[in-house]
Amino acid sequence: MPEILKRAKPLAVNPLKASQPIGAALAFLGLRRTIPMLHGSQGCTAFGKVFLVRHFREPIPLQTTAMDQVSSIMSADENVIEGLRVLCEKSRPEIIGLPTTGLSETQGCDVSRLVREFRRRHPEFSTTAVVPVNTPDYSGCLESGFALAVEAIIDTLLPAGAGREPAACRSRQLNVLASSMLTPGDIEAIKGWIEAFGLQPVVLPDLDDSLDGHLIDQDSTPLTLGGTPKAAVAGLGGAVATVVIGRSLHKAADLLQARSGVPDFRFDHLLGLDACDAFTVTLAEISGQPVPPAIERQRAQLQDAMVDTHFMTGSLRIGLAADPDLLVALGQFLAGVGGEILTAVASTRAEVLADLPAACVCIGDLEDLERAARAQRAQIIVANSHAAPSAQRLQVPLLRAGFPLYDWVGGYARTWAGYRGARQALFDIANLFLGSHHDIPVHRSIYRVGDDGDAPPRAPSDAGLVHH
Amino acid sequence: MKTAEIAQLLNEPACAHNRNEKSGCARTKPGATAGGCSFDGAQIALLPIADVAHIVHGPIGCAGASWDNRGARSSGPALYRIGMTTDLTEQDVIMGRGEKRLFLAIKQAIDDYAPKAVFLYSTCVPALIGDDIEAVARAASARWGVPVLPVDCAGFYGTKNLGNRIAGEAMFKYVIGTREPAPVAASAHRPGIRVHDVNLIGEYNIAGEFWHVAPLFDELGLRILCTLSGDARFHEVQTMHRAQASMVVCAKALLNVARKLESDFGVPFFEGSFYGITDTSQAFRDFARLLGDDDLAARTEAMIAREERSVRAALEPWQSRLAGKRVLLYTGGVKSWSVVSALQDLGMTVVATGTNKSTEEDKARIREIMGEATKMITDGSPQALLQAYRDHQADILIAGGRNLYTALKARIPFLDINQEREFGYAGYGGMLELVRQLALTLESPVWQKVRAPAPWHATPPAGDALAVAGAPDA
Repeated sequence: MPEILKRAKPLAVNPLKASQPIGAALAFLGLRRTIPMLHGSQGCTAFGKVFLVRHFREPIPLQTTAMDQVSSIMSADENVIEGLRVLCEKSRPEIIGLPTTGLSETQGCDVSRLVREFRRRHPEFSTTAVVPVNTPDYSGCLESGFALAVEAIIDTLLPAGAGREPAACRSRQLNVLASSMLTPGDIEAIKGWIEAFGLQPVVLPDLDDSLDGHLIDQDSTPLTLGGTPKAAVAGLGGAVATVVIGRSLHKAADLLQARSGVPDFRFDHLLGLDACDAFTVTLAEISGQPVPPAIERQRAQLQDAMVDTHFMTGSLRIGLAADPDLLVALGQFLAGVGGEILTAVASTRAEVLADLPAACVCIGDLEDLERAARAQRAQIIVANSHAAPSAQRLQVPLLRAGFPLYDWVGGYARTWAGYRGARQALFDIANLFLGSHHDIPVHRSIYRVGDDGDAPPRAPSDAGLVHH
Repeated sequence: MKTAEIAQLLNEPACAHNRNEKSGCARTKPGATAGGCSFDGAQIALLPIADVAHIVHGPIGCAGASWDNRGARSSGPALYRIGMTTDLTEQDVIMGRGEKRLFLAIKQAIDDYAPKAVFLYSTCVPALIGDDIEAVARAASARWGVPVLPVDCAGFYGTKNLGNRIAGEAMFKYVIGTREPAPVAASAHRPGIRVHDVNLIGEYNIAGEFWHVAPLFDELGLRILCTLSGDARFHEVQTMHRAQASMVVCAKALLNVARKLESDFGVPFFEGSFYGITDTSQAFRDFARLLGDDDLAARTEAMIAREERSVRAALEPWQSRLAGKRVLLYTGGVKSWSVVSALQDLGMTVVATGTNKSTEEDKARIREIMGEATKMITDGSPQALLQAYRDHQADILIAGGRNLYTALKARIPFLDINQEREFGYAGYGGMLELVRQLALTLESPVWQKVRAPAPWHATPPAGDALAVAGAPDA
């Protein structure tokens, strides 16, 4: 179990962390015909919007209650009611997500009461569900904000006491609770994996359906263009089982189990052979079907890649920085192919960090990553796009993972989960390593004579030949 | 910041927005608001000052999603690209430890990064709990001997524009006028060329675009004392009061700095733009006029003639490809006319332009340039923009980054004209980049491929496919 080093600096330098309200907004973006509205000043939303737009390269529906000086001091309750009314009137969403921010939480706003007040005053908008969630940005990180929103979605949209539907144990429906570490590409892979066992996945939230980046027939929409439908959330009780991916979602999973009575199976991540095998075994058990040959083949392909790349991944000195779920996923995966996690930086504390295969993990920022990576002579770092200047200064390659990925086209679509995702990750790591491989400095003996003159020694790689 | 102070900034007398009854910076509507807050605006205005440690005092929401996300370039120090924030925790907020954390944070920044100065940006939460960043700045300055200055820009004060003004106000209050410019280096003197000191205000060197123009300033003997704030250094901002003329570049927002430089230090200013051949030439002529140097005026005309000739020759092959193309322009404020001029230089037709943030003066200028019939668009929602695009049979949408994916999702060509872009369009040289980018998107083969339905959805009349397949020479 790693030692957890608490934040020791008064100043965060090159922040790794993104805020809870952004995480909550992201979770809501995985619901169909939805728009999140952050309860805060307009900047909270503007920053969040730019952050998500640059990451996904998609239009992002996101609104604000636009707290100004007067409402920040007197009361911003009317801003919430008015904002909800305007959104309902303008675009008739199925769901409005209502995360709070540091500003509204410091003010002490009771956002649940305001939703009740809105219901009382505007019964005409009863078809639009409103999901409030407390997500101050002075605690947690993107991942925890996302998890809080998932919990709030279940709390609001899955009625209490609904219990398990009688026929559920014979159902082919399989619920998936998906943590913020999963990309749209991951969720697409997980759906295919589940379908291969004859089961029908219902993913909450389904970022693959809304933010996978696909052109649609309409020119534009003011709401999410896909995602988990409201009715599907209400129907979670009709599933044969729930799989939960990511430790950050355990509280949400507890609530879902209590509300729906559906048994659940929990996984910290789906990255690497062991994690994939555990998931495959569970799917086989739930479905009562043998593992399909296609999956056997993918597994064998991953094993082949593990053998091929172990020269590059073995003893690889790695620096990692991410939110806790992803950090542990990457750490276990890379340690599982012989890598050494020398430096690990998490944005916030979380229980799952205890399972990171490293001597210590520091709660900190990208400056901490850079310093430790330099001291430990890391050969590769894995972090978000903000780490690119660090990697440049360290002169090591950067494998981009997490949020935000703004300098890497298609980062949002990358698949890490599953046998194929792991195989591609191994290929990429191996290639990054080969690309930055340092040749042994040439030695020219003092006794040697020849026609080289004073020309600088040339390493063989300068000739452009492959020499491994 | 007191309400009265905010009101004063909102009523910037030089801002043409304020000639009507309502304030130029109107209040925002819950559920129907776009755009950044005052903190955003203040940070954008000052962040490009490259040798300063910019510390955001607040919880992670403010700096976490905004650090290092602008395209301003520096020719030297890169300190401005290091994100710094006090990242306030719940304990800090509840126990009131924010000020102490900020004080120690300043020490950490000074110890680790040796900045020429430290700027503290206040945000909503510390403003609400009453952290006195001005007192912290004073104490830290005295303790560590590095200038530390507060920028009181809580997001809830208002819009991005207001934030720009707050930033300008802070520069005026704490920085400008605190140092004398160094004499012109002997090596930079050239026979027959008298050096004049000038300022550029509201130029951010996005993607390094000002470097298209900067060599011409050197050539003419115009020493830029300071650009506020593209590629600027702290000591340059300190000397702005000694300029002989200022140019306000494409931004009403920092007008307060120009106005105060004029009223307090007698530095005259004009508003101009470096987008387009016509406007770039005009900017240099305006400098010569304000400086009242006949020799400079003559050399300026010679330079303009040479540059225009050369760029027009270089644009020639592109002109036939771009001439007559119809542009829908949606940008804020002054850019609505400054870009028009650049597009007209290329023979393109601007069919409509956004005037949401433009002043009456801007609109008059648009009518002057484009004629009375020009369609002005005030609704900037994606649906309205796309409707306008269809109504006016435009070929391309030119707008800010926030509309980029609106256009792409609707399968229409797009050019990004705002701060986050990766290409520089300023000056004569920038025109060549502009035409390359315009042609690249307008002529791309992808549009046709993404607009056509999938072959199995295109329904030819029954029997057609067979008939074609059967025809010998089809």
